[in-house]
Amino acid sequence: MDTVRITINGISVDARRGSTILEAARAAGIKIPTLCFLKQVNAIGSCRICVVDVKGARNNVAACTYPVSDGMEVLTGTAEILKARKATLELILSNHRMDCLTCLRNQSCELQQLAMEFGLEHMRYVTDKSEPEIEASEMHLVRDNSKCILCRRCVAVCKHHQSVAVIGPNDRGYATHISCAFDRNLAEVPCVSDGQCIVACPTGALTEKDDTEKVWQALGDPSKHVVVGVAPSIRVTLGECFGNPVGTNVEGRMVAALNRLGFDNVFDINHTADLTVMEEGTEFTRRFEAKDRLPMITSCSPAWIRFCEKMYPEFIPNLSSCKSPQQMFGAITKTMYAKDKGIDPKDIVTVSIMPCTAKKFEIHRDNQQAVPGLADVDISITTRELARMITRAGIIFNELPEEAFNEIASTAGFIFGTTGGVMEAALRTVYEVVTGGAPESVEFLEVRGIGGIKEVNYDIGGRTVRVAAASGLASAKKLLDMIKSGEKEYDFIEMMACPGGCVNGGGQPIQSASVRNFVDLRKARAAAIYSADSKAEMRKSHENPFIKRLYEEYFDEPGSHKAHEALHTTYKAQPKYKL
Amino acid sequence: MPNQKIKVPFTGTPEQERLLREAIERHRDEKGATMPILQKAQEIYGYLPEEVQLIIAEALDLSLSEIYGVVSFYSQFSLNPMGKHVVSVCMGTACYVKGAGEILEKCEQKLGIKAGEITPDGKFSIAAVRCIGACGLAPVLTIGPDVHGRLVPAQIDGILEKYMKE
Repeated sequence: MDTVRITINGISVDARRGSTILEAARAAGIKIPTLCFLKQVNAIGSCRICVVDVKGARNNVAACTYPVSDGMEVLTGTAEILKARKATLELILSNHRMDCLTCLRNQSCELQQLAMEFGLEHMRYVTDKSEPEIEASEMHLVRDNSKCILCRRCVAVCKHHQSVAVIGPNDRGYATHISCAFDRNLAEVPCVSDGQCIVACPTGALTEKDDTEKVWQALGDPSKHVVVGVAPSIRVTLGECFGNPVGTNVEGRMVAALNRLGFDNVFDINHTADLTVMEEGTEFTRRFEAKDRLPMITSCSPAWIRFCEKMYPEFIPNLSSCKSPQQMFGAITKTMYAKDKGIDPKDIVTVSIMPCTAKKFEIHRDNQQAVPGLADVDISITTRELARMITRAGIIFNELPEEAFNEIASTAGFIFGTTGGVMEAALRTVYEVVTGGAPESVEFLEVRGIGGIKEVNYDIGGRTVRVAAASGLASAKKLLDMIKSGEKEYDFIEMMACPGGCVNGGGQPIQSASVRNFVDLRKARAAAIYSADSKAEMRKSHENPFIKRLYEEYFDEPGSHKAHEALHTTYKAQPKYKL
Repeated sequence: MPNQKIKVPFTGTPEQERLLREAIERHRDEKGATMPILQKAQEIYGYLPEEVQLIIAEALDLSLSEIYGVVSFYSQFSLNPMGKHVVSVCMGTACYVKGAGEILEKCEQKLGIKAGEITPDGKFSIAAVRCIGACGLAPVLTIGPDVHGRLVPAQIDGILEKYMKE
């Protein structure tokens, strides 16, 4: 490694050339506070919370962006520096509505944490923000600009990672605020509800619309049979809300918690991910044979679907007609499950636990009613909302016993939770269906990893299948533009709206920048999924007995007319702006 | 929802759009093309309505939000055309301490618009301007070529009513 020698607080350390003071200090065991900086998202050095003293520099420098150089002498904790940081924090707080006790981000707020760390015992300035400034036109998000500190992390992730750039700083000076063009509502601009802005926000300015009250009401209604379905990635992230390290698999305790919350049935959505593989794999095989609307593009990610409908409507014919695993869960619960149990589907409430804020939008989409007049899924809540429910119910999560789902799904469905996973799961099954034999290895490693775009050709039964997986909508945009220009050609594409896939979804536990700047959440959470997959016995969707039974008893075969009625949907172009 | 920032309907002509698209083509490959294009657009239309900002955003493959962020940052850009009568209220130091704030407020009340906006009939717009150099007349406002000085808020209704009748 190419290094430079610097001293930090008098201690000599080797730091990677090109790294920032922030990184070098962290490697030397020193934490420098940050606020506007978020690794790989926002590095603009504007909030001045991370200032340090560099010998010879004219002013204090921002450690988050200042690169180290040979012989550099850095002081991170002098009385002068601490005073400068504290004054900055006081000024930031002077127009922050301090609503801490009733704020959704109480105890997970970076600003609150700094106030505590800096020993801010009284306010020198009176805050001029007394009223909330709420925008809640979308189904997934609440923005309260009275808590915004103008760090621009949301703006950066919206533009650079998601390429939609529907929010930005408007006006100037003291009037500066984050909003849409012409201060329009989010519902009037091409917001696709991925929620990446929420997990990037250091304060309570951006939060998901909390739907837990609806769940409590359903649970408390004796006339309702409440079935909860939990998405693949939740088990490798939920633990973080209870202090477990990033990448801890808490499946057993999660199931125990859901049982204790009083749901009438706890369903593993890995099963309907398996079901998606069967339907989507069949659809792909047919379309590949017929050279029909290729590349076929996956449809599990509702923010991707919204992006496609608004920004790239010309690709709508390429979308798989399969409903997402969430919607398939709802569809089979209100049809098959209701029939098996002898319950009127009107009396069933389906609740999904999702890594995703766009799922709150997806449940209201057209043509998502396996039973006409009834939504497939009634309530969709995020990982964070589930954690809130567990806490509120007084369940001590970390002391729970391990409990199992009623029926085990394949881990092909499980790997849906990370970028490349839907593709790999589909390939595991498509390969066997097409060739009649097992692939050399069940692991299709080339589609794994956190790269924005991954592409590879597979030989399946003597024919080349060109596949690609993109995550993050900026990568999706790049890929679609290359296809449009003729630069690239593919047969099968997996798209996930969030960078790294669902493990890094907008509904996942919020980790503060002090964690995200040094741990790659996407990698650590995905590793937990692949680890479970590598140890599992059943790793292919078509081997799942539950799925076999579904087809034997209800759907006859994948892609059948009956399957299409319950498990498939339609899309239509949407106006980009509603002006 | 109708745009809350722009008070008059858009009446751009095909000729204006042709000129705008020409300007976009001329500047698009330059670094920082947004500024000269916005300046030219304002020259063509007299202001920068949403329709015009959207043409620019789409042509430059930027979002409307990015364009609006620039437009709302610089005071040289206007979201509304100027009315037939431009009421310029001086907000210079002398006028300010003599109560220009109340004068402005009174104008806004009477006309039902804020500074920087235009009445829906296109007759009046209000501008809060920097010192016009008539400090001896503070607080002062101008309406077209007419100067009204040493004002008290109670006079405003009467002054504006004269122009309303025109």
